[in-house]
Amino acid sequence: MEINEELVRKVASLARLNLTDEEVKKFTPQLKDILNAFSHLDRVNTDNTDPSFQPIPIRNNTRHDEPHASLSQEIALKNAHHTKDGYIKGPRAV
Amino acid sequence: MISDFVKSVQQGKIDPVHHIRSALEEVKNINQQFHYCTTIPEQSALAESKEAKTGRLAGVAVSVKDCICVKDIESTAGSAILKGYHPVMDATAVQRLKDEGAIIIAKTAQDEFGFGSFAVNVGIGTEIPKNPVDPERACGGSSGGSAGLTRKVSFPHVSLAESTGGSIVCPASFCGVYGLCPTYGVVSRYGLMDYANSLDKIGPMATSVDDLKLVMDIIGHMDPRDSTCTGPQHAKVIQKPRIGLLKSSFAQGVDPKVQSAVREFVEKLKRSGFSVSEVELPLTEKYGISCYYLISMCEASTNLAKFCGMRYGAHEPLDGNFNEYFSKVRSKYFNEESKRRIIIGTFARMAGYRDAYYLKAMRVRTKIIEEYKKIFTSVDILLSPTMPILPPRFADIGNLSPLQQYMMDIMTVGPNLAGLPHLNIPAGSVEGLPVGMLLIADHYQEQTLLACAKVLE
Repeated sequence: MEINEELVRKVASLARLNLTDEEVKKFTPQLKDILNAFSHLDRVNTDNTDPSFQPIPIRNNTRHDEPHASLSQEIALKNAHHTKDGYIKGPRAV
Repeated sequence: MISDFVKSVQQGKIDPVHHIRSALEEVKNINQQFHYCTTIPEQSALAESKEAKTGRLAGVAVSVKDCICVKDIESTAGSAILKGYHPVMDATAVQRLKDEGAIIIAKTAQDEFGFGSFAVNVGIGTEIPKNPVDPERACGGSSGGSAGLTRKVSFPHVSLAESTGGSIVCPASFCGVYGLCPTYGVVSRYGLMDYANSLDKIGPMATSVDDLKLVMDIIGHMDPRDSTCTGPQHAKVIQKPRIGLLKSSFAQGVDPKVQSAVREFVEKLKRSGFSVSEVELPLTEKYGISCYYLISMCEASTNLAKFCGMRYGAHEPLDGNFNEYFSKVRSKYFNEESKRRIIIGTFARMAGYRDAYYLKAMRVRTKIIEEYKKIFTSVDILLSPTMPILPPRFADIGNLSPLQQYMMDIMTVGPNLAGLPHLNIPAGSVEGLPVGMLLIADHYQEQTLLACAKVLE
């Protein structure tokens, strides 16, 4: 896979980042270097090896299905700047 | 030592209000030159000190890394995108410290979201923390503020830090303090702002082994609010652990001055009757860095998706559609290293690349864990220098490419990938600069590490 400026812009847009031309110029060779270096993982034989999504075995943590107190609407909205009628106000969808 | 101080508070010989007032003054003075704190919550600290008469940490000043939530105190993970965010709850680890009478005196500086090894990748508009023994040099990252403050203050103090790939032991090494990163899952992550879920661990920094142990005993408990939290599991303490020197860390690529400082401590262990042999971890040494960075960047790129200027932190006028609004906020307030890691992580999870990068790294991680498990059948503790270099000058860090900076984590990524407990011991100094020694043990062997560190103290 060729890491070029077009790809960097595409990935940035998927990640909701607007990069300046300067940032694209700076990041492209760096990303190329980094991903090339990381690609050597190919050489490790991982046939019949499961991925470790956690470093230790995780047990399922269950609890009784009982209601308990949660944050009030007022506290939940305390850190939001754009609010309306007790809700968070977002940008338009389209 | 903290326990002596606490005894004096409990006996009424020390007035916590007076003590905290002077501690705050000292921290403010230090902060002017060294920039260890993102917030110094004077009012709440003084108010809490009036109540602090009981508990194992009665009246003890505690600082908390900025990525760990403290109720009503601005907590930003060092990032401008969380400016103004005041958590509505305490992280479980913070709550446990407060319940024992601790007073939160500072939120500490860090690389934004933990993205760095030198605490130079701070958020936009934030000052870089400086090494406590030489302000021209870095204090290490990402928990740089915690380590610097722990070294610099004159009063009893511990800090709550956090490690994803070495962010506790690296700055502890560069600042000459103790730092313990526990087994993954021993300390609850509830209230910790994620960098990488499967790697993040909260742990203490202090100036003595006893203080580390005291804090670990308080924070290391099961928490139903974190589904990955296991608590301490009470493994048997190994009285005379067999030490394995990591051969490659006493070789080319590691500053010879660092090597010889650590070797002096190895001799001390031998004289104390510990058996010492040389061991190797070929797979971890060769592939650990790539494996760690791929996993951590993939996880970070999803975790940071929630920062979009709506629910908390930085915001802008609500113009445009949601894509335009989110992109505007994120582009303006994330720093350069965050953008770099989000882009790499997003790429490595894209359709067509996910198997080659993300899943491959997860499989290599399994092999790395197996390699450690095998070596722990012949030795009990692995020993190496913590960092391959002395604390670097800021000017020299500026000359390193991002990839060269990532390579500095060669000693620390292994135990972090495998979720193993590890501890930095100050191992003297070279030309006045601190050197750190790294001890790594098998899962849940924190107490064995602490006992071994105590012998060397």
